[in-house]
Amino acid sequence: MPDTTYLYLIPFLPLAGFACLGLFGRRFPGQTSGWLATACIAVSAAMALSTAFGYFSDWGREGGGYASLQPIDVPWLVFTEELAIHLGVLLDPISVMMICIVTFVSLMVHVYSLGYLKGADRLPTYFAFLGLFTFSMLGLVMSSNLFQMYICWELVGVSSFLLIGFYFSSPAAVAASKKAFIVTRFADLGFLIGILILGEGADSYDFLTIIERLTATMDPNYAAVMAPTFLGFSVIGWGLGLVFIGGMGKSAMFPLHIWLPDAMEGPTPVSALIHAATMVVAGVFLVARLFPVYAVSVPELLSWVTLIGVFSALFAAVIACTQTDIKRVLAYSTMSQIGFMMFALGVSGYGGEAGLGYMASQFHLFTHALFKALLFLCAGAVIHAVHSNELKDMGGLRHRLPVTHACFLIACLAIAGLPPLAGFFSKEEILLAAYQRNHTVFYLALATSGLTAFYMFRLYFNIFWGQGGATGHHGHGEGGGFMMVPLVILSMGAIGAGFVPFGQFVTSDRLPLETHLHLGFSIAPVALGLAGIGLAALLYRKPSPLPGQIASRLGAVYETVYDRFYVDELYQFVTKQVVFRCIGAPAAWVDRHVVNGLVDFTGNTALKLSETVKGLQSGRVQQYALVFLCGLLLLGLLLMYIF
Amino acid sequence: MTEPGLPHLLFIGAALFFIGVFGFLTRRNLITMLMSVELVLNSVCINFVAFNRYLWQERLDGVFITIFIIAIAAAEAAVAIAIIIHLYRSHRTIDVGAAEDMKH
Amino acid sequence: MNLTAILAIPTLTLLAVLLVPRARQARWAALAGAVAQLAASLWLLVHFREARSSGDSGFLFQWQHAWYADWNIQFHLGVDGISVAMILLTALVVVAGVLVSWEEERMSKTFFGLLTLLGLGAYGFFCSLDLFAMFFFLEVAVVPKFLLIALWGSGRKEYSANKLAIMLMGASVAILMGIIALMYSAPGGQWSFDMLHIAGWEIPADTQTTIFALIFIGFGVFTALFPFHTWVPDGHSSAPTAGSMFLAGISMKLGGYGCLRAAVWLLPKGAVAYGDTIVVLSVVAILYGAFVTLMQTDLKYINAYSSVSHCGFVLLGIGMLTKAAVAGAVLQMVSHGLMTALFFAVIGMVYARTHTRQVSEMGGLMRAMPFIAVLMFLAGLSSLGLPGLSGFVAEMSIFVGGWERGTNFHQAATMLAAMSIVVTAVYVLRAIGATMMGPLRQEAHSSLTDAAWYERVAALVLTAGMLAMGLAPEWLNELVGPDAAAIADRLAAP
Repeated sequence: MPDTTYLYLIPFLPLAGFACLGLFGRRFPGQTSGWLATACIAVSAAMALSTAFGYFSDWGREGGGYASLQPIDVPWLVFTEELAIHLGVLLDPISVMMICIVTFVSLMVHVYSLGYLKGADRLPTYFAFLGLFTFSMLGLVMSSNLFQMYICWELVGVSSFLLIGFYFSSPAAVAASKKAFIVTRFADLGFLIGILILGEGADSYDFLTIIERLTATMDPNYAAVMAPTFLGFSVIGWGLGLVFIGGMGKSAMFPLHIWLPDAMEGPTPVSALIHAATMVVAGVFLVARLFPVYAVSVPELLSWVTLIGVFSALFAAVIACTQTDIKRVLAYSTMSQIGFMMFALGVSGYGGEAGLGYMASQFHLFTHALFKALLFLCAGAVIHAVHSNELKDMGGLRHRLPVTHACFLIACLAIAGLPPLAGFFSKEEILLAAYQRNHTVFYLALATSGLTAFYMFRLYFNIFWGQGGATGHHGHGEGGGFMMVPLVILSMGAIGAGFVPFGQFVTSDRLPLETHLHLGFSIAPVALGLAGIGLAALLYRKPSPLPGQIASRLGAVYETVYDRFYVDELYQFVTKQVVFRCIGAPAAWVDRHVVNGLVDFTGNTALKLSETVKGLQSGRVQQYALVFLCGLLLLGLLLMYIF
Repeated sequence: MTEPGLPHLLFIGAALFFIGVFGFLTRRNLITMLMSVELVLNSVCINFVAFNRYLWQERLDGVFITIFIIAIAAAEAAVAIAIIIHLYRSHRTIDVGAAEDMKH
Repeated sequence: MNLTAILAIPTLTLLAVLLVPRARQARWAALAGAVAQLAASLWLLVHFREARSSGDSGFLFQWQHAWYADWNIQFHLGVDGISVAMILLTALVVVAGVLVSWEEERMSKTFFGLLTLLGLGAYGFFCSLDLFAMFFFLEVAVVPKFLLIALWGSGRKEYSANKLAIMLMGASVAILMGIIALMYSAPGGQWSFDMLHIAGWEIPADTQTTIFALIFIGFGVFTALFPFHTWVPDGHSSAPTAGSMFLAGISMKLGGYGCLRAAVWLLPKGAVAYGDTIVVLSVVAILYGAFVTLMQTDLKYINAYSSVSHCGFVLLGIGMLTKAAVAGAVLQMVSHGLMTALFFAVIGMVYARTHTRQVSEMGGLMRAMPFIAVLMFLAGLSSLGLPGLSGFVAEMSIFVGGWERGTNFHQAATMLAAMSIVVTAVYVLRAIGATMMGPLRQEAHSSLTDAAWYERVAALVLTAGMLAMGLAPEWLNELVGPDAAAIADRLAAP
């Protein structure tokens, strides 16, 4: 194995970019800051790709599969002899894959941003935040320690917060950024407690050690954590369940998804990077990272993962069919696709053929990152051209934006799962894995996949076909080369990524898995996908009153879906009415009137008492003399009686 | 009629003492109060002289103390009258009720 | 290293501040003194680490002088890792506090003199190994607080100053009673106030429990022990900026340090007996403080109540009685001192420009004052426990230490305390979002100036401390760890 200590440079270059731009960014003229950031990330990406190449082709091999290597491991904060936060790098197939995705998509987004935000205000700040995000995300995927992952987890959260709120003058952006941070923070609470439980159970926060100790039935730690505890679940069940809640928050799984659509208030390239390709899959990555423990110790928890995944997938797909803001449609689509990855993990077993779901999930993560980033960047190009997010302002753009149009079409076909594009292969594997384990899940997933094709093409036809939108065609064509090049590169990825023999590289037990495409099995999903596209073409290719009629026919159902099943309103109610009015306000009242009142009462009582006693101090000499004499007399009598 | 003895003198001392105290506590006029204080002092003097005369004739301690008291009383009267004059100057009265400023 | 230097420099500073011929020169004297103190404390840190790495343990650099021999009161100085951390914190806050008051023109000699005196009291308190001397310095640190609030404060300053002084004096009475009771429990009638002696005494468990309650409650009031915390919000909000910084950054730490040193370390059996009570009270303080903060609309009140919540963590760490938690409590003291001082400094800067502290009257200030906005983000993010800044390190240490206790009670308490990270995020982001972000609320605010040089330097000093602690916490953890372990070991011993 070659010297891999250089690996720390992969995350630290973007961090250096962040520090440099954050401190001196304002002094840089024009686009320099953007170039600097892009250069940093380009070097990182090159190193990541070469690492991946070396790992998968050469030094990562071990006994027919791939090794888990830990080339860097530095103690950062030592709590006790066993428990310590280490910062390190863990190389195994999923982390190597993730560093490639993160650096690559980040590079694309950096290049794209050079064109998209040209001449914008606060450019250095923007690129600095992007660098911070990239650093944190790379740190997250390379984590060798559960606590390190939590650290990076929080840091990606805060970079997401900063980038969503980049347009800080807009109240909507501020609200969205706060919402994103607070909702994920709430989930992180679960993650944190889960970490505490797992750390105590395994006497370590190191991933490899945790996996080793908590999956070996002979290990003393294993027996201890399997003991039933609160509500009859095992210790480890609680730990992993709470960790999964953290993953649900970050990956926008129902019911913690409400922040993701609002997060679209951020600049579009940011949505592509953070809220489509990388950060939101952190939850999937987290489950995948601890997958052996899930699969071996608490398989029943995986059925919850399946349930939440498949429900979120369907739920989001239904909502996506009604939304009119293109970024929101894409956001729900992201949520839906992550649901796919999640339930694929849920239906997977550990090792061998049973691990198909795991491999499919990671495969889908990989392809999804490419085509979803592409979709967002295309959406950015469209928004750049028409200055609106609303579908009604668009239409007939295929002539004005030919490149964008082609790329968007490729991405839509990929996400709809049509062969031979990337999404087809990964989605087939997921469906197959579901079919092998659980038929109900399979049918729900199939339906969702049909819906996906429908809403994506609804978007496509509405944007590029039909008639021009209300806002006139004033000048803006496609952005320059900076915006087009990433689109073209990503669309090549969206076309070709499916041919990667993914099962050779990334599997649950790190041993190669032969995957076969069953042509007969593919007929149903592809046919459903085509049907969805056909329906969308029918309804939206030409302006037609039909969609409106269907919507009004559905009446309340449509309203409910359009209003996103009122989940946001429910949260509003809980925060405003319960937290603020029923907890915060009474607590504040109690503090002012009871606790502080008690203090004031003590003070006032002392004052009153002194008022009373003060009367004795009348200033009348004769009264004093009288008291004095009486006292003397009493004293005399007292002395006489005692002695 | 028997010669006046110690009890008579002590009776006079006690009577003077209580007259003085009564006067001190009831009079409003500061001069009168001062006079009452003098009565109290003199009652003490009588006691000293009487005890000296009847119990320790060979010693003169009681007499000395008495002379001492008279001297002190003179000084005290001087100070007291000075205070009274000041009070009169500031309050235009020598009524003790006016001198309530001591409570502050 | 001679520890008397740590006391001599502030004393000389005080003299210099009072003796300079013109009032405007006082600030330069104070600043020079504060920088010298910072240098001395860094010097102390370096020497301390050297001595520790060469194998010395326990209290180092001891220096002793008979103060009142009849009662065996000694002027006994000595430091361990915990005191060094506190001294460093004090030095940082003093520099920043002097700098943010740079434009204080009213009675500036007295003002800077009082700031220096407060610092002097804190240094003495942290160095003392003699209970009586410690108590003496504690009182030295209380009086300037009263004057700072009463003379330079704002709002209901007389009320707040009185309340603060009376509550803290009341607390001092409890401490004094505890100290005297402790002295009377000396075995064989060999009175001593020297903590190194007292630590060796065999004191019966029920005596320890009684004295512990007195001393702990006394110091607890200083560090906002629920329900004795009400001086905090009023005191902080009425104090001038530097006063608030000193209150939160130094004064409240006197309490935490005192609880640890004079109560827990000296009376381990008492600590074990009351550990669970402390945990309950601190969890109440953490959550209750956080929820009350949610409802505040005045920036200073927001920060003051959040201090109640954060100082709850200090007490929680102490109450958990494990090494990691005790170390976490010390880390939390340092962290809270730095970030709250920074937050108060920022509030002061904002107030000086907008003349309001009401959140609802601000908005979009980031446009006009980006530097101040960044500072507010840093302070806020540290307060909500963002990794990379100081708060995270301390909180995690306390959580891990609390969880380690292993009982359901302690784990439930840890979980409840951890819930505050969400509430903290809500109030911090509300405050930042409403003041710095969003549309401009008042037209006049668009032309406000950003931080001046002295404000920048003040903030950078504190930020540097926060980052040094947040990015590479192990040096501080190493500094504090062995002594926290020493305390925890005494607790574990039968």
